Order: sequence, then structure tokens, then C-alpha cells
Amino acid sequence: MAETVVVDFPKNFTRALNDGQLRRNLRAAMDTLGMRRRTLFSDPVAFEQLRARGDAIRQRALRQLPELLERLETKCTANGIQVHWAETPAQANGICLEILRRHKATRVIKGKSMVSEEMHLNHFLEEHGVEALETDLGEYIIQLDHETPSHIIVPAIHKNRDQIARLFHEKIPDTPYTEVVEELNAIARKVLREKFFAGEVGVSGVNFAVAETGTLCLVENEGNGRMCTTAPPVHIAVMGLEKVVERLEDVPPLLRLLTGSATGQLITTYFNMITSPRKQGEKDGPKEVHLILLDNGRSKIWADPELRQTLKCIRCGACMNHCPVYTRLGGHAYGYVYPGPIGSILTPQLEGLDHAGAMATASSFCGACEEVCPVKIPIVDILRRLRVESYNKQDASNAVKGHGYKTNATESLTWKAWALSNAVPWINAVNAKLLGLLGPLLPRLPAWGIVKGWRQSRALPRFAGKSLHALAKESRIRDE
Amino acid sequence: MNSPRDNILARLRAAAPQEATSAREADAPPTPELGRADKIARFNRLMEAMHAEVLLTDSQNWRIALKDLVRKRGLNGLLYAPGTPLGNALEADWDSDLPPLVGYSQEVEQCKERLFAIDAGITSTKGGIADLGALILWPNASEPRLMSLVPAIHIAVLEASRIHDSLAEAMRQERWAEQMPTNALLISGPSKTADIELVLTFGVHGPKELIVLLVED
Ligand code: SF4
Repeated sequence: MAETVVVDFPKNFTRALNDGQLRRNLRAAMDTLGMRRRTLFSDPVAFEQLRARGDAIRQRALRQLPELLERLETKCTANGIQVHWAETPAQANGICLEILRRHKATRVIKGKSMVSEEMHLNHFLEEHGVEALETDLGEYIIQLDHETPSHIIVPAIHKNRDQIARLFHEKIPDTPYTEVVEELNAIARKVLREKFFAGEVGVSGVNFAVAETGTLCLVENEGNGRMCTTAPPVHIAVMGLEKVVERLEDVPPLLRLLTGSATGQLITTYFNMITSPRKQGEKDGPKEVHLILLDNGRSKIWADPELRQTLKCIRCGACMNHCPVYTRLGGHAYGYVYPGPIGSILTPQLEGLDHAGAMATASSFCGACEEVCPVKIPIVDILRRLRVESYNKQDASNAVKGHGYKTNATESLTWKAWALSNAVPWINAVNAKLLGLLGPLLPRLPAWGIVKGWRQSRALPRFAGKSLHALAKESRIRDE
Repeated sequence: MNSPRDNILARLRAAAPQEATSAREADAPPTPELGRADKIARFNRLMEAMHAEVLLTDSQNWRIALKDLVRKRGLNGLLYAPGTPLGNALEADWDSDLPPLVGYSQEVEQCKERLFAIDAGITSTKGGIADLGALILWPNASEPRLMSLVPAIHIAVLEASRIHDSLAEAMRQERWAEQMPTNALLISGPSKTADIELVLTFGVHGPKELIVLLVED
């Protein structure tokens, strides 16, 4: 990434936790999404079977990743889709800009795409004099307010209707204040319809790319995705290189898992499968279709068999909907593009532990995310691995970027002492005695160093006068 | 300097050899094979749950049903695909008091304004999917892609015999993988969003209404 983002997690978390409105908005929404998902997958046996299928498909795709990417490229090229590869967001942005320049385009209409968020494409294009307009209703709302998505499926979920009403009233010319959702909808429809009409280039993401046929699959409800990929003369699709699947028949189970896990829908309004640009004689559709394959650290993640499982993700958002941390903080507190459990395992690997390592600590390890994940990503194991790597200074080939950032003398010393006190009985006994005697004094001592941080949000436990060991001895329980 | 493509592929290839192909893959849960009547019933129920309107009719009466509908709504015109079986059937018997039939017969660049102004469009379908409650559309040169997207009302004609049990079955039976068209679509209702407080509202960027003429054949 060009600019180094500095994210102050503790400050963000505190702010989010103290925002009552945000917490109410989120709670209601996450409960609803969770309930809808449960209603759809009401048969646990069938769901487990479907999930096992989804997992197998994603594993097979990843196992053959380099071959499938080449096959996808060959197929797409034969179909007339131009394929580009980008190692970094900067390269991907550059490719987009070059295409726009070639067409002298200054107005881009965008369908929802998390990879384009990862690229900070809108910001980049604006710097280069191109208007990039989000057309998904949620994305449109947050773009008006100069925000980023707080959820990967429902990007404006942190806002309620009053906030959106005020925003529309202030930012869209001649718009009366209304809190009626249908009317807010109609306002957006009217504004955006003109943009669809005039858009010169459409940008979209990709949900699945099928290597067998060279087909790009897009899932959506609003129709804006179809507009962006059909109405303008040029379509640019951006995707993370892990999104490829082997065969067309791999798509139906993944599609069911995606829409069901995301919003509890059997199917979205539209499932859009694009295999080529406009052919000779066809009357609409873009004359040029470009596919940009973005790596941005994914090939490194892929090289490690455990971490690779991160790449099975189909971006359904179920893990955030069910995460006790996410539902209390919302997405913005995480400070990066991907929030919630998937963000907490993906972002530190993409950005480096030294930047985003704190995200891996934003979990209670309750495992709710794993339980709902439609492709069975071992999120907790990966979180644990990242926490371990945060302290691991050794430069192994599979070490996560920015590893070892947390190693410090005080902590290593403390752990050494802890290990010693547990290995040598007499040290342990002395420790227990001392803590029993001095424990009651602790709250009266000024908090310092790491203890201070720890005590800010926690009550100090009271140490018992006698250790369990001592009590057991007194009760004559035999020590074996 | 190597190209990004070479670098990426080289990185992937250099990674530790991958575990051998695992044992047999888990199968998807089976979709029940439904009889004709059940398939139609299921398709209807699911489509209606997503706010599509399904009109059951037959090959004798579908035009009457269509005309009724078009007349009642006072449309400014009906976009259709000349030269297709459906288009020919419409042209053969269209009353003068009805909203005019407007053919999509030029490239979009020549007719964009008219296209964005028309109230309704009618298309054929390639089939339906019972366990999803969705239509399959394969737009082509005569029946272009925007017909089912831009007008506020989309009317789709579906022969009941073309309803499949599942998407997987449709793909297999019709060998999609060998002949994917420029654009293939599944459509399960009018366009919708739940982006504001998860309140479901219909008619965002695509059609506000989807009307399916389900023709018993
Ligand atoms: S990690 Fe699993 S649950 Fe979370 S977004 Fe990805 S696929 Fe969905």
C-alpha cells in the first residue's frame, strides 16, 4: 500500500464501545442476519453436507491455483476478455487508469467490490481526475459521507434511517428530508439512473471465476451490478486471485452457501454470469471486458498450508454477523478494509503483523465464526498462529510479514520467570505465599507500565490469602 | 524486470509441493426430484415469495393475459425482440389500442435514450429453476441483455416444461459448460435492496416489477 496506515486500535475500540447509537444499529442488524441465516439452513445435516461440499471445492481450487489461473487466463483470452495481472494494488490501479485513459473516460460507475476497496481505487481515480461513483445503495450512502464500508455485505449497516435521511437531504441537491426507506430508495434510484445512462466505464468485483469456461460470476440484488457490467462500453472486473474455481458445476453449491450465509437468501435477485464482451451482431454489453487478477500478498499466504485456508473465503460476512466482538464494535474500529473475524486473519497477513497484528487480538476465541463459516476456515487456529507469530522473531520462509513485532524484554522475562516458578516447586511455594500476603496491597499501589493498560478496563482480581495448594494441605487432601 | 504475471506464477510454483489430491470429495446434498406439478408449485411459491408475480396460463391464452396486463397498466410502450418466436407471435396479433410494441433492433448506442424511457420489456426465458425460484435467461443478438434490466417492468414468458429441479441439473442437462453465452442470468424477482436498516424494498436499479407468464405446454 502506498501510504502507511496507522491504526490506533485501543482508541477506536473505546470510541466504538461508547457509541450507543452504533451499538443499537449493529445489534439489531446482526441479530436479524443471523436469524435469517438460521432459517434458511434449518436442516443441520443438509447444511453440514453442503458445507463439506463447499470446503472440498474451495480446497481443490486452491490446490491447483497456479494451473487454474493459467487456465482461466487462456479461456478468458479465447473468449475475448483481456486478462491483466497485478502484484500490488498500485499496479492494479495503474492498469485501471491506463484503460480509462485509452478511452478518455472520466466517469466510472462501480458495482460493489471489496478488492477495489483494498486497492483504494476510488481515491486513486479521483486523484487522477476521474469520478468513480459507487452504485450499490449501501456503498453510495457511505461514499456520500466519505466513509468506508463497515461490513463486507451490508456496507452502510452502521447507519440508521435518520442518519441516511439527513445525509441525503444535505448532500443531494433539492432533496427533501424523509425517513421513509422506500422514498430514500427512490431518491437514490433517480440519481443513479442518470449515472448509469452516462457511465463510460463500469467496474465490478467477481464472486467466482470459472477456469473451465472463463466465466465471471457476480451475485447481487439491486441490479446495479448488471448495469455497471452491461450499460457502459467498457467493463473492468477486479478480483483477488484466490476467487478462481475449477468447473462450472462447482458454482451451484458455493452460490447457495454464499447467499444463504450472507443474508439467508435462497438466491439473490440476480446471478450474473459473464463470459465474453459483446460479440459481432449483439446489440448491447461492453465491447471490451478486462479482468484484473490481484495478488497483494495472497501468493505468500498460499505458500503456507495452514494460512492458505484463509483464501478459501467466499466473503459471505457470516463470521462478522456472529462475532461478539464485531457486533459490539462495527467494522470501522478495525481500521482496515476487511473487518470482523475474516478481517482479523486476512488483514495482518496482507498488511503485516507489525501494522495490523492487533486485529488478531480482537477475538475471545469463542469460535462462533468457525461454526458458521460456510467453507470451514479454521479461523481460531489461524488467529492463534498469528498471535504466536507476533512474538516469533525467527525468519522462517513461511513467517508472516511483520512477525515478531511484539517481542519485548519485559514480556520474555515475565514468561521465563513464570515457566521457572512452575517448574521448581519451592519457587512456586514462595510465590504463592508472597502473593497471598502482598495481594491485598496491590490495588493501593499506583498502576504502572503494562499493568496500567491492563487495569484500565478490568477490575483487579483479589488474591486469596492462601493458595489452593495450601488449603488442600490443611484439609489433608493427599498431594500426589 | 519480470512481468507481474511471471512473478506471481513463479511464487506460486516455488511454494512447497502441495499435498496430493485428497480422498473422495464430499457430495452436495441431493435435491429431490420433483414431479411436474410439484416443480411448478414450488417454482411459483418461491418466485412469489420474492415478490415476482406469476400468471398461470396456457398456449391458447397467454396473449390474452398479456394484453390484459399491458392495458390495465397504461404503459407507454412494450419493448420486445423482433425476429424471435416470441416477437413474431406478438407482432402477429397486437391490437391497435394497446401500448405500442417497440423493437430493440439497433445497437444500444443508437437507442439508449428510448431504452431508458420505456415502461416495460418482454423477453423469453431459457428455463426456470424449481429449488431456487429463479428464471434462466440467455440473452442473445436478437434479445439483448438490457431488455430485462432497464424498463421498470419486466415481463418474462416461461414454458412450464422448462422448469428444472436445480441449477446443477440445468447446467448438466443442457451442457452449459460447453457453450456459455456472452451473458447468462438467473433472475429471482424484481430488483431489491436491504441496505437501509435491512428493510427490504423493491425496485432499486433494476425492474420494480417482474411478471412471469407461466405457459402450460
Ligand atoms: S471467513 Fe467464512 S464466514 Fe467469514 S466471510 Fe469468509 S467464508 Fe464467510
